[in-house]
Amino acid sequence: MAFLGHYNYYIVVVLMMIGFYVVIARGNMVKKIMGLNLFQTSAFILFISAGKIMGGSTPILRDGVEVYSNPLPHVLILTAIVVGVATTAVGLALSVRINEAYGNIEDDLLSEEEPDDFALTQEPSRDDDSS
Amino acid sequence: MTLIEWMPFSVLIPLIAAPVCALLPGRVLPWTLTFVSVLASAVICALVLPMAVGEGPLSYAFGNWPPPVGIEYRVDAVNALLALLISAIATIILPWARVSVNDEVPDRQGPFYALFLLAMSGLMGITLTGDVFNVFVFLEISSLSTYALIAHGKNRAALLASFRYLIMGTLGATFYLIGVGFLYIQTGTLNMVDLAERLPALADDRAIRTAFGFIIVGMGLKLALFPLHRWLPGAYSNAPSMVTVFLAATATKVAVYVLLRLVFSVFGVEFALAMPFEEIFFTLGAVGIFFASLSAIKQTSLKRMLAYSSVSQIGYIALAISLISTAGLSAGLVHIFNHALMKGALFMCVGAIVYRIGSDRFADLGGLAKQMPLTMLAFVLAGLSMIGVPLTAGFISKWALISAAIEAGNGYAVGIVLIGSLMAVIYIWRVVEIAYLQPAPDNADMSRRREVGLSMLIPLWILIAANFYFGIDTRLTLDIATRGAEVLMGMTP
Amino acid sequence: MSGGVLIGLILGTPLIGAVLISLCGRWPNVRETVTLTTAISLFVLVSQMIGPIAAGETLRLSLAEPIPGLEIAFQLEPLGMVFAMLASGLWIVTSVYAIGYMRSNNEPYQTSFFAFFAIAICGAMGVAMAGNLLTLFIFYEVLTLSTWPLVTHNRNEAAKQGGRVYLGILLATSIGLLLPAIIWTYSITGTLDFTPGGILELDSISPLAATLLLTMFVLGVGKAAVMPMHRWLPAAMVAPTPVSALLHAVAVVKAGVFTITKVVIYIFGLDFLATLPLEKFLVYLAGFTVIAASLVALRQVEIKRMLAYSTVSQLSYIVLAALVLAPFAEIGAAIHIVAHAFGKITLFFCAGAIYIAAKKTRVDQLHGIAWRMPFTMVAFTIGAVSMIGVPPTAGFVSKWYIVAGAFQVDNFFVLAVLAISTGLNAAYFLPIVFRAFFQAETVPPAKDHGEAPWPMAAALTLTAALTILFFFFNGPVVDFEKGILEVAS
Repeated sequence: MAFLGHYNYYIVVVLMMIGFYVVIARGNMVKKIMGLNLFQTSAFILFISAGKIMGGSTPILRDGVEVYSNPLPHVLILTAIVVGVATTAVGLALSVRINEAYGNIEDDLLSEEEPDDFALTQEPSRDDDSS
Repeated sequence: MTLIEWMPFSVLIPLIAAPVCALLPGRVLPWTLTFVSVLASAVICALVLPMAVGEGPLSYAFGNWPPPVGIEYRVDAVNALLALLISAIATIILPWARVSVNDEVPDRQGPFYALFLLAMSGLMGITLTGDVFNVFVFLEISSLSTYALIAHGKNRAALLASFRYLIMGTLGATFYLIGVGFLYIQTGTLNMVDLAERLPALADDRAIRTAFGFIIVGMGLKLALFPLHRWLPGAYSNAPSMVTVFLAATATKVAVYVLLRLVFSVFGVEFALAMPFEEIFFTLGAVGIFFASLSAIKQTSLKRMLAYSSVSQIGYIALAISLISTAGLSAGLVHIFNHALMKGALFMCVGAIVYRIGSDRFADLGGLAKQMPLTMLAFVLAGLSMIGVPLTAGFISKWALISAAIEAGNGYAVGIVLIGSLMAVIYIWRVVEIAYLQPAPDNADMSRRREVGLSMLIPLWILIAANFYFGIDTRLTLDIATRGAEVLMGMTP
Repeated sequence: MSGGVLIGLILGTPLIGAVLISLCGRWPNVRETVTLTTAISLFVLVSQMIGPIAAGETLRLSLAEPIPGLEIAFQLEPLGMVFAMLASGLWIVTSVYAIGYMRSNNEPYQTSFFAFFAIAICGAMGVAMAGNLLTLFIFYEVLTLSTWPLVTHNRNEAAKQGGRVYLGILLATSIGLLLPAIIWTYSITGTLDFTPGGILELDSISPLAATLLLTMFVLGVGKAAVMPMHRWLPAAMVAPTPVSALLHAVAVVKAGVFTITKVVIYIFGLDFLATLPLEKFLVYLAGFTVIAASLVALRQVEIKRMLAYSTVSQLSYIVLAALVLAPFAEIGAAIHIVAHAFGKITLFFCAGAIYIAAKKTRVDQLHGIAWRMPFTMVAFTIGAVSMIGVPPTAGFVSKWYIVAGAFQVDNFFVLAVLAISTGLNAAYFLPIVFRAFFQAETVPPAKDHGEAPWPMAAALTLTAALTILFFFFNGPVVDFEKGILEVAS
């Protein structure tokens, strides 16, 4: 019971690892952004689910209700979601620009095909450009 | 209005000016608005600093919601100094930046300067706030605008660098957010003072330790702690020169500040000592100094070389922090300040060179001392500060750091600091040798190779003068840093 | 004039000179006048300090306090006084020589040459007058950095290589060993002031740690060129000869041995050092340097490189004398700073004169040259005799005191070193003299030549004369140096 009682955290962990894996393993920039979104969302769920109190009601004052859920995480995560949307927007915009400039958005390809271009002002050196 | 009520305006003025600035047409208006608001912010910080140092923590509650319910701004010796550093550097950079920005971002300067204002107000906000979630919000404000600023670079590679920084930066911020989430779940508060009171009782709690780990990794990414530094060289070397100067002087420093504040003020020294904090930071700092310096030596262009040098300098700060002593923290804080002065000056020189000859490759720098004598002399002087030659700010940093290491009985730390200094001699002097002893390359366009104008030289030389001033008169830096270290070590924020 | 103002003026004069020199770059005659005026005024100012110092007054100037409790402060004592007199006095002679050298050789970048020369002299003055180790370190680095442009003056590949070795070794030793040694001392004692009798004591530091500290100081002062930190000195010989003469035979290297002597007398104290068990190790190292450098000098064919190795060897005489820890030997160390300066600057002047007049740089090209350049070769002979330590030259005086000091403490190792090195010195100097005077020219020179231009000939004649005069009139200097011992004990 205790095991299942924390199911929200397991979901968070699974989502987080999927997102993290996608960010690291995928070269395609759109996919990277998707992974990033998953990763962020898992953090949001962590916050929100922590605000839920068993048997608690919505946090609106009314008669006959003693236990309320914690509204603060919702407020915080509202802000974080906005931040997440903004990040996604900037990331996508950059991908579009990169696509215009290079003709593709595969990170690995970009650093392999044109190592000079990534650091226009220097000779290629092995240890810097692959992240 | 008392002085303390003016304090939030150092963040708000640039924040409010930003959207206005974005709408302004032409080149003169956006720049003027930016300069005025940044200057106002700097003036406020300069006025608040003596009070914060003298009277201890000043507190301001937003919207009159008393903390810990509302968001609190809390200013003491540490963040007052840092806030002044950020706003003062921004003020000095702007006059320098005008011609450079005209060259690198010819169109739509309104939005560009708006982004700069946002980035700056974000950094100020991180510094001044006393609320851990608020830190996240401002962190993202400054990061998002920084990504966009970097993408303004002339080369298309700037887009790639920006994207890579975006991925790493967002990961770091989210790590931090998760850490904050754990803290909130266990304590029910987000206010730093409140957290500091509640955490000691929970010192053995596994969730709190996890939170500590997440926050360290998240901030480690933001401050480019070796080996989480991979985003930095690309971002620094492809961004517009002005952005590079600003980022190098301030952005990573703010991340260091957050780390210091949380580790020492919120979690507390005992908690940090119980965790393997010391060992991790010492190892990463030492390895970072060595390998980043080595990379700097291998580079063949100025911006990348200095970017790697920045990574190694962060290693010094990490090393200083890892000593977990007042002397060590004070050395770290002094180096945060002094490094901003020297790296700012060095990147300004590079910006001036790029503005004139359109390249920062070593191969193109031959004989430049003849055509740009004042810029190159400034480079040499700032480089000396970087090496840690006496009478410069860098020497004070080195002295403080080595004394702290000797005091802690850590001979390895002394050794690695000295090795790092000697490696700095190599990478700085390589450039000096090329600029002073080698003839100009055959294909050089001599008509472009001449000294930059006064608008660039004056800010540059102000920073150079500051490098020497703070190498001789250390009342401002060393004393406040010591006070700040005491605050961090011994008291709640 | 109060002492503080005087010290300020002495530091400021060469700096102002440097600024004026760089401003007058377009008018060489004005520029050279500025150089000479600066040098003469500096010498006059420095000599103003003799009276007060001899009378036992304290001249002190404190400029700033960069680290809490640590000032940038100057305070004069007899040892520094002599060093300052030496450097400023020989600067006048060298300036005359340099003007002749640079002009007849049509050297480029003369303005920056004279400007950096003046800054280097400022560094030497600061070292001489430093009141604590921090101040000394600051000016020590000024001296290092301001001489780099002089070493790389020719801006060719050889100059670049030489400059790298020069700066690399000097900075590596000073930052890597000297600076931590200074900070370590400070963390133990809480002060860095030069205090008669020393600031280190047995109850604050273990004998082993103190030996390590002393080693860090002796090796960290790279300018003293104790092996294995000596490579920069031969590398510095790519510089124009006036630089080698004044800076790399007098100002820079003497700043090194001066620092070591100061550290021995005023930081450690003779009594404290005598209690250290392993201190002998450094005596052996210095002794080894004396012999080894002489052996290397024996094999050199370039005149300047040979002289450089001879300098390495002679510098270790001074280090050796300072570490013998006998009162007479300390005097000997102080006097050898002067005696070697006169002799070695003469030798370098001669090497430069030969280069300018005959374009010859190698030992084996000097057959019969004495008959073309009699003044130069007579001066060279006097310098060489002084290096060997034969009367009536300056070198004999200092050697006398060092030997006397060695007898005071029955240190026969030092006596043996002195004996062997005297033989070696004779072995590499006398053949040159013999060749120049008594062998016929093998190949006639491409262009018939006589002496070098008159400023050079005059300068080298003067220093040669000083070398001999010092043998007869060293009384004031010796009396003056005895002051150190009164202070030290």
